[in-house]
Amino acid sequence: MSATVRIPTILRTYTDGRSEVTAEGATLAEVIADLDRNHTGIGARLLDDTGKLRRFVNVYVNDDDVRFADGLATEIPGGAGISIIPAVAGGC
Amino acid sequence: MATAAPAATSTVDLGPAAALSCRECGTEFPLGPSFACLECFGPLEIAYDYSGYDTAGLRARIEAGPASIWRYAPLLPVPAEVASRPNLNPGWTPLVAADRLGRELGFTGRLHVKDDSGNPTHSFKDRVVACAVEAARAFDFTTLSCSSTGNLAGAVGAAAARAGLRSCVFIPHDLEHAKIVMAAVYGGDLVGIEGNYDDVNRFCSELIGDPAGEGWGFVNVNLRPYYGEGSKTLAFEICEQLGWRLPEQIVVPIASGSQLTKIDKGLRELIRLGLVEDRPYRIFGAQATGCSPVAEAFKAGRDVIRPVKPDTIAKSLAIGNPADGPYVLDIARRTGGAVEDVTDAEVVEAIGLLARTEGIFAETAGGVTIGVLKKLVESGQLDPSRETVAINTGDGLKTLDAAAGAGLTAVIRPSLESFRAAGLG
Repeated sequence: MSATVRIPTILRTYTDGRSEVTAEGATLAEVIADLDRNHTGIGARLLDDTGKLRRFVNVYVNDDDVRFADGLATEIPGGAGISIIPAVAGGC
Repeated sequence: MATAAPAATSTVDLGPAAALSCRECGTEFPLGPSFACLECFGPLEIAYDYSGYDTAGLRARIEAGPASIWRYAPLLPVPAEVASRPNLNPGWTPLVAADRLGRELGFTGRLHVKDDSGNPTHSFKDRVVACAVEAARAFDFTTLSCSSTGNLAGAVGAAAARAGLRSCVFIPHDLEHAKIVMAAVYGGDLVGIEGNYDDVNRFCSELIGDPAGEGWGFVNVNLRPYYGEGSKTLAFEICEQLGWRLPEQIVVPIASGSQLTKIDKGLRELIRLGLVEDRPYRIFGAQATGCSPVAEAFKAGRDVIRPVKPDTIAKSLAIGNPADGPYVLDIARRTGGAVEDVTDAEVVEAIGLLARTEGIFAETAGGVTIGVLKKLVESGQLDPSRETVAINTGDGLKTLDAAAGAGLTAVIRPSLESFRAAGLG
């Protein structure tokens, strides 16, 4: 499946400054692997040494936080929009 | 290769702030409008250069300073002359000796309420925004923005108006009416997003990465390292108001967990600078049961926060994916504290309890804190013989619906007979 991936500012060093790229994969894990093939090094920014999503990385597939779905095993429908966002917050 | 890192800004004057440092991996970056580590996505914090600080002189300098957070300017990322610039001069709010509340809850030690409803826009947010405004000025931003659960929107609108900046703030569209009015009145753009706070937050993060967001200072996103430091002033004031002493126990509401972690940071800085004696203190976190991912993780002994979909009347605490949650767990466990939660019914009851015993009308977040304080005492988790401070972060006028049960206790004719007949005389 092909997906459009929105890249946060701090990762655009890996995408030649592009804010949006396309990647292939049936699951989020496969999409990240494909991203890393085309933009070497980006995978290590998203995943920790054990291969899990880093604690401060939020990923949304079609507006849904993958932590509410199946994490890296979340299925990626054809034409999906994926957003990668560093965790930030407000409130108290 | 193009770099996404902010331009080095070593020439900006932000007082003792020397660099940005990753809380996770320690990598340092120049001061700039950046909030996430380029190496590991971890949150960035301010690293200070306190070399040459004379402790005895510093305490005297603080005590001679203005009756606002700017008395602590030497400990904040702000220029030395900050108090003379147009800003809301928040802080130096009362530390109320809550003897009547303490008696009702079974305290034998002193209980205080740090009442931050007295800030210019009636919540603690004025503290953090005031620090963010200085960073916005340093980085030449012309628009001040934020994602907000309500209180922050008003604080940003007011601070921008005072500083002469444009404001454009984003909130969930279904916030309490009072908070919408209090954010809109300052004349900036107020945009309702169809979604919850976490959706608003996500939208703002994407806007920052878009050309449409250029020149915008989002106080709690790209200015977050500077903004967060403002919460330290709660810790500074509490200690100074106690006579330069650490409280033994402190109860803090949790939304993202930022305030609690910065209060801990502030206490540790005072110890490191020799401004207070180093002795143990315990920090407790308070959440509403309808949005209690940190309390759930604490009780389950987990290190990982599982995000939740918020469902509580305490909307200012309704952050389902709290960024600083893991740090809250670390602090509660390190200091021997706890993280507890109370139901919406208990929140409403606690608002009434605080109002009835101390004359303080808290917003729902304050109800959460007092409700949790009560629960912690009843469950034996908090020691009522120890000096304790509970923080009320906002004014009950902002969440009137929560106190809707309060109203006229009697309606009488304008006669003494009627007065007596109603049992009032």
